[in-house]
Amino acid sequence: MQATRDFSHYVKDAGPGLQHIDLAVEGVSCAGCMSKIERGLSAIPDVTLARVNLTDRRVALEWKQGTLDPARFIDRLAELGYKAYPFETASAEAAEAEQSRFLLRCLGVAAFATMNVMMLSIPVWSGNGSDMIPEQRDFFHWLSALIALPAAAYAGQPFFRSAFRALRTGNVNMDVPISIGVILALAMSVAETVNHAEHTYFDAAIMLLTFLLVGRYLDQSMRRRTRAVAGNLAALKAETATKFIGADEISQVPVAAILPGDVVLLRPGERCAVDGTVIEGRSEIDQSLITGETLYVTAGQGTAVYAGSLNISGTLRVRVSAASEGTLLAEITRLLDNALQARSRYVRLADRASRLYAPVVHATALLTILGWVLMGASWHDAIVTGVAVLIITCPCALGLAIPTVQTVASGAMFRAGVLLNSGDAIERLAEVDCVIFDKTGTLTLPDLEVVNAAGIPADVFGLAGQLALASHHPVAAAVAQAAGAKSPLVGAVEVPGQGVHATLGETEIRLGRPSFCGAEQLANDSAHLDPEASLVAFSLGEAKYVFSVRQGLRPDARAAISALQKRNIRVEILSGDREPAVQAAARALGISEWRAGVTPADKIARIEELKHRGYRVMMVGDGLNDAPSLAAAHVSMSPISAAHLSQATADLVFLGKPLAPVVAAIDYARKALLLMRQNLWLAIGYNFLAVPIAITGVVTPLIAAAAMSGSSVLVMLNALRARRVANGGV
Amino acid sequence: MEVMVILVPLALGLGLVGLLGFLWSLKSGQYDDLEGAAWRAIADDEPAPETPPD
Repeated sequence: MQATRDFSHYVKDAGPGLQHIDLAVEGVSCAGCMSKIERGLSAIPDVTLARVNLTDRRVALEWKQGTLDPARFIDRLAELGYKAYPFETASAEAAEAEQSRFLLRCLGVAAFATMNVMMLSIPVWSGNGSDMIPEQRDFFHWLSALIALPAAAYAGQPFFRSAFRALRTGNVNMDVPISIGVILALAMSVAETVNHAEHTYFDAAIMLLTFLLVGRYLDQSMRRRTRAVAGNLAALKAETATKFIGADEISQVPVAAILPGDVVLLRPGERCAVDGTVIEGRSEIDQSLITGETLYVTAGQGTAVYAGSLNISGTLRVRVSAASEGTLLAEITRLLDNALQARSRYVRLADRASRLYAPVVHATALLTILGWVLMGASWHDAIVTGVAVLIITCPCALGLAIPTVQTVASGAMFRAGVLLNSGDAIERLAEVDCVIFDKTGTLTLPDLEVVNAAGIPADVFGLAGQLALASHHPVAAAVAQAAGAKSPLVGAVEVPGQGVHATLGETEIRLGRPSFCGAEQLANDSAHLDPEASLVAFSLGEAKYVFSVRQGLRPDARAAISALQKRNIRVEILSGDREPAVQAAARALGISEWRAGVTPADKIARIEELKHRGYRVMMVGDGLNDAPSLAAAHVSMSPISAAHLSQATADLVFLGKPLAPVVAAIDYARKALLLMRQNLWLAIGYNFLAVPIAITGVVTPLIAAAAMSGSSVLVMLNALRARRVANGGV
Repeated sequence: MEVMVILVPLALGLGLVGLLGFLWSLKSGQYDDLEGAAWRAIADDEPAPETPPD
């Protein structure tokens, strides 16, 4: 049964007689790669378009319909040295891209209007002191209104909409004072223009929108970039399943093209990509990604298997079920829903600030109006002064204070290997004083490794590795990889469920279960030393060896844990695995608080308990069983190898083998929160200086414009400091 | 001051041309790949050297 690769799911029509596919490509880093890929793909006949997007690391391809198989492009890219996989734009990412284009259009319109209104305002400011005649001034004011009103109506949409949404649900966000300020400033300016008055504020209103749109766009493009990277990583995992398309005919199809009711084939060494029930075959499966339990489970007819399970020994046929049919998944989904509801109660720093800010500002403006009326000023003059207070306090710097820091900090985290899933994660991460780790797949690496490699002669190890290449068993694969074996032995035979053997000259060599190699005695001794490891025996004639294979700790786990402890952060392990395994890991890492054999509900209970004691808990985990506790914690993080559900639930995702990004993320977040607070104080301090001037009624449009741009630039410059932390992350 | 009759529409017109140019460039996807565009400007037409990516 030879499987064919079928990528037709990803192919789209691109006009008459043309087909289109998007590929995510790994390892594109420079202009050289870009032209190499484009040349290499264009050289294939009938390809009409091959264009690399270096920002998103993707290739767009078009070719004449029916002439080429998309698998050929992937093979060609593999020849050129790049791993590629078809990519389907997630709807969330498409929406982000559309939103970011809309913000850029708004920014373009607002910037154009600001420049032109300024060009008209400066002569008025300088002319008021010299020889400008009132008719000329009125003419310039009318022109400004002509430019500023339609521009503000268009470019203000993001703020007006969001303010309207908030007001309708009875909330106040930062966009409410912004919208009120802009609309009042424009309305008053129109009234003043009609009355031939000296001052209008068209320039201030439109400039305010421009600065705020810069902040909004930065915020948006940060989120878009994260989504693009996450989308690529998901595509490059290249999750496929072997689907039966006939009684005995199979085809390799992407997971997205598998429907409930389909039957898939699961061979030894393959990771299951779907949820389903076994209908034929017997095997052992490794469910550690789902339950955290590292002992293998026996699977037979009727056993439920979940996406992420690793098939160890036999071949299975699995009928795909719709999600959450199994009891475990249903339980996890229920816990997850509860936990997610609890989390949405967190209020962002920006919203907290605006809840305080809006009433204070509006009350001040009102008091100013009333005060001037009581002092005997006309209603007209009092209202003009009141609006001037609103304009000068309009939260220009406040609106930039947080997005600019978030953008800079998320860029720095990105370089340190951490992706942000949610925008307010930085604030929550900065408050963390307790980190709970899952063990399997989080503190340890998901791959198996040979732990006693140093005790075995190199030539024996090499030979065992070559023999191991003949087996699909994951433990054998780990031996082969550790030995760096490349060429398999000729004539090696696999005995299912036992091991592989071959003859080398006169001697017979065997690799497999200790009983298969006659090495029970040796294996018992090793099992005594390390009860957690899987043992694989190797016999070379009469000589016997035993390899201990297990999931190793992440290379820098010890250093990362002690770095956390040095920052006075409490560290705990909560694992679904058995006690000896958890105890060994905790001892190796110097963690005194650990719990083993914990269920998803128990994990949540422990997190709640710590919350009640006043801790801000970060959960770091990867398994499906961790998903509810990831949602329940104050903030959460997953490795990139995590189960889908966990990765989607986590606030942050870290890449690569080391654990150092966890520490770096906390450092960057703490620095960022500090700078956000500083920026808010800068903005408030500016108001303390400017508001008394506005209340006394001596603010001219020139002062308003200078104050606004001055404070905005100051806040932006301060935000740039979020790029560095004191000790480089660790 | 009659010169303003020419200068003001001229200034606004030039500004509008700039705005339309920006909107056109946005629509034609010129902001979709800022990093790549920077490198394309200096790429030669000769075959790229066959060095592995760094």
